[in-house]
Amino acid sequence: MITRFLWQGMGPSLRVGVLFVLAIGIILPLLNQLMPASSAFYVPAWVLQLIGKYLCFASLALAVDLVWGFCGILTLGHAAFFALGGYCMGMYLMRQIGSRGQYGNPLLPDFMVFLNYKELPWFWHGFDQFWFAAIMVVLVPSVLALALGWFAFRSRVTGVYLSIITQAMTFALMLAFFRNDMGLGGNNGMTDFKDILGFSVQSDATRAALCFASALVLAIFLVIAGAVVGSRFGKALTAVRDAESRMRFLGYRVEGYKLFVFVLSAAMAGVAGALYVPQVGIINPSEFSPGNSIEAVLWVAVGGRGTLIGPIIGAFAVNFGKTYLTGALPEVWLFALGALFIAVTLFLPKGIVGLWAQVRNRGTVRKAKVPA
Amino acid sequence: MSMTEHRSTSALLYLSGVTVSFDGFKALNNLSLLVEPGEMRAIIGPNGAGKTTMMDVVTGKTRPDEGEVVFDGKADLTKLDEADIATLGIGRKFQKPTVFENHTVRDNLVLALAGLRSWYKLLLAAPTKAENARLDEILSIIRMEPQQDMLAARLSHGQKQWLEIGMLLAQDPKLLLVDEPVAGMTDVETETTAQVLREINRTHSVVVVEHDMSFVRALGVKVTVLHEGSMLAEGTLDQVSADQRVVEVYLGR
Repeated sequence: MITRFLWQGMGPSLRVGVLFVLAIGIILPLLNQLMPASSAFYVPAWVLQLIGKYLCFASLALAVDLVWGFCGILTLGHAAFFALGGYCMGMYLMRQIGSRGQYGNPLLPDFMVFLNYKELPWFWHGFDQFWFAAIMVVLVPSVLALALGWFAFRSRVTGVYLSIITQAMTFALMLAFFRNDMGLGGNNGMTDFKDILGFSVQSDATRAALCFASALVLAIFLVIAGAVVGSRFGKALTAVRDAESRMRFLGYRVEGYKLFVFVLSAAMAGVAGALYVPQVGIINPSEFSPGNSIEAVLWVAVGGRGTLIGPIIGAFAVNFGKTYLTGALPEVWLFALGALFIAVTLFLPKGIVGLWAQVRNRGTVRKAKVPA
Repeated sequence: MSMTEHRSTSALLYLSGVTVSFDGFKALNNLSLLVEPGEMRAIIGPNGAGKTTMMDVVTGKTRPDEGEVVFDGKADLTKLDEADIATLGIGRKFQKPTVFENHTVRDNLVLALAGLRSWYKLLLAAPTKAENARLDEILSIIRMEPQQDMLAARLSHGQKQWLEIGMLLAQDPKLLLVDEPVAGMTDVETETTAQVLREINRTHSVVVVEHDMSFVRALGVKVTVLHEGSMLAEGTLDQVSADQRVVEVYLGR
């Protein structure tokens, strides 16, 4: 039954997307591990780290697209779920440092020693175990999304009001996490990670494994999203997006549909954040900043809202541009981002994927005209 | 007539003393209305007479300030929401056709099909043979078999109206509320719509709100005239047309 569910969304373009993502996640790490550093095919570790990061962003973009593109909920706070997943992973990584920290305390992470904590706060218990942290990575964002969604959707908060609420949520979380009293590293967040599952986070082999894991997770998310969207549930979901009140008059309890995708999407964002943190080596409250969530929405808009492949393309394209521009012309990046937002809204309402479809259609129209 | 007397009738839809005001303006003013099972009723009235508000009240979109709305002798519609009321068996067709434009004609009908509504069941639902047979049947009633795989966005205005009527059929409600079904239709389309509605009325009760007098005449059913949120007259179209007050407010000079 589960396999049938997962296969029902498997269209040809999705299959190509999944295989492509898996190919990146397998070939690049293998080239890094098997090729000598002198070879032309050698992939340095920093490229793996960069691609791994992009893959996590792509998962976040897919999560945003699931609620925005397919259900019409414009979320401007999804980076919060990403950051929460990241913090859960960060807590695990901090506990793995053990007595190797600056202060050599076997139980308390450095920042707690520095802030005169006498014992571990209650919510830090269990995070020394990977399985526990892994559950929390999914659970914490899901529970927050469930609580927020429950109240918002039941009160029929929609459109721009909902966007403002999600934006306020991530802003409030940012302010909260900046406080030292939160017991999560305050302003500085958490860094100086050493091991993940017993392997050094700095080693090339771990970077290769993390890059592969990020690709695998993205591929799995694509299959899940495809199955959800391709099911009869998915038909109802897009119908809710296009004509919500009509669905109510047909007898659908719209709240349940919205809540399910919202929670699923938050869980996906959380997992993406958890994979992101060991690859960049730091998690701090700036991950909650409202701008991050807006950027994620932009990736989706650029790639193609309401398609499964679009957000992946958008996340890679925009972040590649960002990496390049912030390196080459740092002062230009924000202007480029603003210009991109305007350009997409004006000229590419359906994103890159939509443009491709448009060009292809025009081609067929032309062909059709030739014989006549 | 006392309320208990009304209650003991077999009325399918029962409105009594319903008042709705928006910022002091009374969209419905002490409106009472009875629809019997199996009946088709036409409701007419000038703009602002409260026809659409009445539909909103019955379908749970608007809560009345006062009055009783009872369906099927037992369900108090003033306490239920849209989804509950739709599940009880009241379907609604809107004035402006609202079909799901990004879905095919067939998928529009699938979504409307009576039965599965909960999200967790729909995740795994596959169309059954009985459902497919029912869909084919509806497609033939609304005369849209050739267009079944077309996106609803590409349909003509009249086709959208029929698709919406088809969706109502798929919903299989006890009572259909139909808001201005022939607005913007050609004469031929209007005539076909009247036929379709009469066909539907064999198995369903129907309330039609309509401006088009020739269409109401073609339906040939009991007519209720609304004016300023209250019932002004009731009877055959000929009877109400002869009523001096109706002529004044509606058929007008």
